[in-house]
Amino acid sequence: MFDLEGYGYGIIVEGAGVTLFVALSSLFIAVLLGMAAALAKLSNSPMAQIIAGTYTTVIRGVPDLVLMLLIFFGGQIFINNLPDNILELLLYIGEKTSQGDALKTAMAPYLDWGYIDVNPLIAGVLTIGFIFGAYMGETFRGAIMAVDRGMLEAGTAYGMTRIQITRRILIPQMMRHALPGFGNNWLVLMKATALVSIIGLSDMVRRAGLAAGATREPFKYYLVVALVFLFFTTLSIWFLKWAERRYSVGVRRIS
Amino acid sequence: MDFSVIINELPLYFEGLLLTAQLVPFSLILGFLAAIPVAIMRLSRNPLVNYPAFAFTYFFRGTPLLVQLFLLYAGVGQLDGYSALTKEFDFLKGAYFFALLAFFFNTTAYTAEIFRGAMAETPFGEIEAAKACGMSKWMILRRITIPSALRRALPAYSNEVIFMLHGSALASTITLVDLTGAARIVQSRYYAPFEAFITAGVFYFVLTFLLVWAFRLIEKHFNKHLNRREETVIEVVT
Repeated sequence: MFDLEGYGYGIIVEGAGVTLFVALSSLFIAVLLGMAAALAKLSNSPMAQIIAGTYTTVIRGVPDLVLMLLIFFGGQIFINNLPDNILELLLYIGEKTSQGDALKTAMAPYLDWGYIDVNPLIAGVLTIGFIFGAYMGETFRGAIMAVDRGMLEAGTAYGMTRIQITRRILIPQMMRHALPGFGNNWLVLMKATALVSIIGLSDMVRRAGLAAGATREPFKYYLVVALVFLFFTTLSIWFLKWAERRYSVGVRRIS
Repeated sequence: MDFSVIINELPLYFEGLLLTAQLVPFSLILGFLAAIPVAIMRLSRNPLVNYPAFAFTYFFRGTPLLVQLFLLYAGVGQLDGYSALTKEFDFLKGAYFFALLAFFFNTTAYTAEIFRGAMAETPFGEIEAAKACGMSKWMILRRITIPSALRRALPAYSNEVIFMLHGSALASTITLVDLTGAARIVQSRYYAPFEAFITAGVFYFVLTFLLVWAFRLIEKHFNKHLNRREETVIEVVT
């Protein structure tokens, strides 16, 4: 369909692989963080509520690109300054506890990890996972609240432990309520992975950009990338529809 | 945190804020106006009317804004007839126009889909009543469907507005100096990512909350008739 010259479809396919990998790994992190945030918000501990509340509010109030640049560039500095900061802290503790710098000298060899270059792949996955964890948290919170209390009480009546109730009743039941929001979040997340090209990761967008620069035909390359994203979106929508049907088995509907 | 960096560069941030505050409202207003006809097209049973609108919304909702931005800025700018066109019309040149165009298309697609959903939910009785009053198709649309759909669409639309504000950060990838662009300049000048990006983040955060607050007021205003009246409290003096 498109003549991609010397670059061929290989760059698109490889790039699409990176895009999918980033999307799926960050989805995994987002689901874990989202579940943790939702449970924290619904817990009785005010501390957990405050932390989770700040997390979901702040992340959702700031653009993903700004957060990504902050975590990518800031993370680099943070990790490389960490040994110095820890040593300083140890010295401070040593002074307070009149241990001198014994602590510092003991720990110093373990903290000498040299200069670390933050891998854009890891930075990208962590950032997107961190951002979408906040959105997932809100979705999951709503879904958990939608689960019939009676079902959970029934679990207790059967003598199930809290973990058993969560695994056997809460999670399967909340899936149905969480799926529409989860699906939307996934579609937005997948498109957000395009941002990793800005921090230098060789995903589909970046590879297309390089090829476009070399061949001076950006329209063609970006159009192919757009169509691949459209294909992923279409597949996801099909899959989500199927999953929604599957998890709504046994729910009566007005026809 | 080195606050002197932030204070020194505040004028740059305000310049960026000014650009963000142009791009976002312009594209939102144009997108809002364009979304109404697109939504009406989407509800049409005629495939010749429905299908183009569907293809438009599907493409712009199914692809990343970043790719759309590159496709327009780098792609369309390179097409053969285009450079001839820019000689005629100066404003077509440059990143500003393309950022506005990409944001406009993007928000039109999302908004049209929101409006379509809201219009499809119009209670059948309202339309029936309008027909019984002898209103024409267009009059029903103008007097009944659109006003009530816009009201119902408000909560979803406020989300879209916030998405557009956040999406506008991408303008910085095509050389524009918006809020994010300002932060990126500060970062490259001082190598101070925390100062640079947290400052921009605070600006966006404040803007987001102003928008949330404004929409709450707007919703209250337009949905006045739905609010339950304050129940009269009868004080019992004992």
